[in-house]
Amino acid sequence: MSLALVQRRVVDWAPALLVFVLGIAAWQGLVAAFNVQEFLLPKPTVIGQTFWDERVSLWHAGIYTFKEALGGFALGSGLAIVVALVFAAFRPLGTAFMPFAVAANAVPIIAFAPIMNDWFGLLNPFSKMAIAAVLCFFPVLVNTLRGLTSVDPRAIELMHSYAAGRTSVFRRVRIPASLPHLFAGLKIASVLSMIGAIVGEYFGGPTTALGVTILNASAYSNFPVAWAGIVLASAFGILFYGAVALAERLSTSWDPSRRDFHAE
Amino acid sequence: MSDYPAVAIKGVSKQFKAGITALTGIDLEVQPREFSSLIGPSGCGKSTLLRIIGDLIEPSAGIVEVNGKPAHRARLDHDYGIVFQEAVLYDWRTVSKNIALPLELLRWSREKRAARVRELLGLVELEGFEDHHPWQLSGGMQQRVAIARALSFDPALLLMDEPFGALDEMTRERLNLELLRIWDASGSTIVFVTHSIPEAVFLSTRVVVMSARPGRIAGIVDIDLPQPRTGRTREEPRFFELVTEVRERLVAGGAELEGAA
Repeated sequence: MSLALVQRRVVDWAPALLVFVLGIAAWQGLVAAFNVQEFLLPKPTVIGQTFWDERVSLWHAGIYTFKEALGGFALGSGLAIVVALVFAAFRPLGTAFMPFAVAANAVPIIAFAPIMNDWFGLLNPFSKMAIAAVLCFFPVLVNTLRGLTSVDPRAIELMHSYAAGRTSVFRRVRIPASLPHLFAGLKIASVLSMIGAIVGEYFGGPTTALGVTILNASAYSNFPVAWAGIVLASAFGILFYGAVALAERLSTSWDPSRRDFHAE
Repeated sequence: MSDYPAVAIKGVSKQFKAGITALTGIDLEVQPREFSSLIGPSGCGKSTLLRIIGDLIEPSAGIVEVNGKPAHRARLDHDYGIVFQEAVLYDWRTVSKNIALPLELLRWSREKRAARVRELLGLVELEGFEDHHPWQLSGGMQQRVAIARALSFDPALLLMDEPFGALDEMTRERLNLELLRIWDASGSTIVFVTHSIPEAVFLSTRVVVMSARPGRIAGIVDIDLPQPRTGRTREEPRFFELVTEVRERLVAGGAELEGAA
């Protein structure tokens, strides 16, 4: 990275960083000034101290829950991609099933969390993975299928002119063309998977899980721990999203719609 | 060269499902090495005719043969390359890989592909751009990549659908000259769709004038301008005579030209 680029990055991020620092400072100042009770809202410094004191148990809980989220993400997104490929290859199937997928996308799937706990067992991490997987499935399916089927018809026509077969059209045109759409779905899914795992744990799970840690801390009025857990859950969610966004950057750098302006 | 015409069209007509008759009673032969242009008002079915030659659309009636075989067989045999108005490059492929795509489908080895791509980059004057992605190229450069891709497997026939229609006048005139050089070097037959009269006259050995919908052939004008054509060709009196002749045929075919009385 050149010095000029580093400088530009710093300038680009400076406003957001400033807002963050000011926000934390305002939080600290207001809580102190109005003497807000800790059970309502602890000071950031208190949350930070708790975070540090409880770092070992919090970290283990975070990793445990993140593994559930990751498993659900992989399961739900993987299945969604396979189904999208099948629907794109056999259009009548897609036409028959897609209205239900779109409708299901609008259902508050999280409501099924207690049922999943019932099906797979409260302490079995698979019950949380199942919730995360169902949450991830629909946005990835809808986006990927849109990507696979909304290819420029002339791009397909050109492949016909080369006498290319169906498999070749999929491998060389439809699949690469769908990548930007696929990643749009995966980014939504990365956030949903963390939500699914945590909320699933609110309905019961092992005490080693982050959701259960937050729930118990609130129940026993240990609010700084609850807040520290929330901060950690947010950090995992943001990092996961960032990782997917990075993968997108690396694999779709060719996408013209990601460019602000064209080169020379 | 084969003993067959490069393209033979007999009694072709095309009705679309909506009840529109796009083409009716088309008979046309294009000889090997010819540069034929199809010209006509918009909606006369010239692009449809080009796609029928390429077996991308089926005619409602009639027969199309390319190199003496049915158009369908010719497509499966990779007898032609096609270029559209837009370059239709695959965004995720570099310039080299876009050009090499038809060769991949033909299962050429990596070494053979690389050698052929180098040759073509020289032909369309894009050396140094092999690793660029399409978004990094200007419209004219993208179209040159599309032409190199169409020529990659050395097809006997090149079908071009208004390939320079979206480009500015300067780029268009430069690419016209380049296309003639490529035509000369590759020894291919070209069927070229355009709505520009001067472009058709400048490039072609023969201009096929089509009438407004339903598309018919209104006349054929042989272009006897000397080869090779140069920038000067556009300034010769004969060039203007031929432009006028094509324009008159268009008007006789029912085209409404601006300023034509």
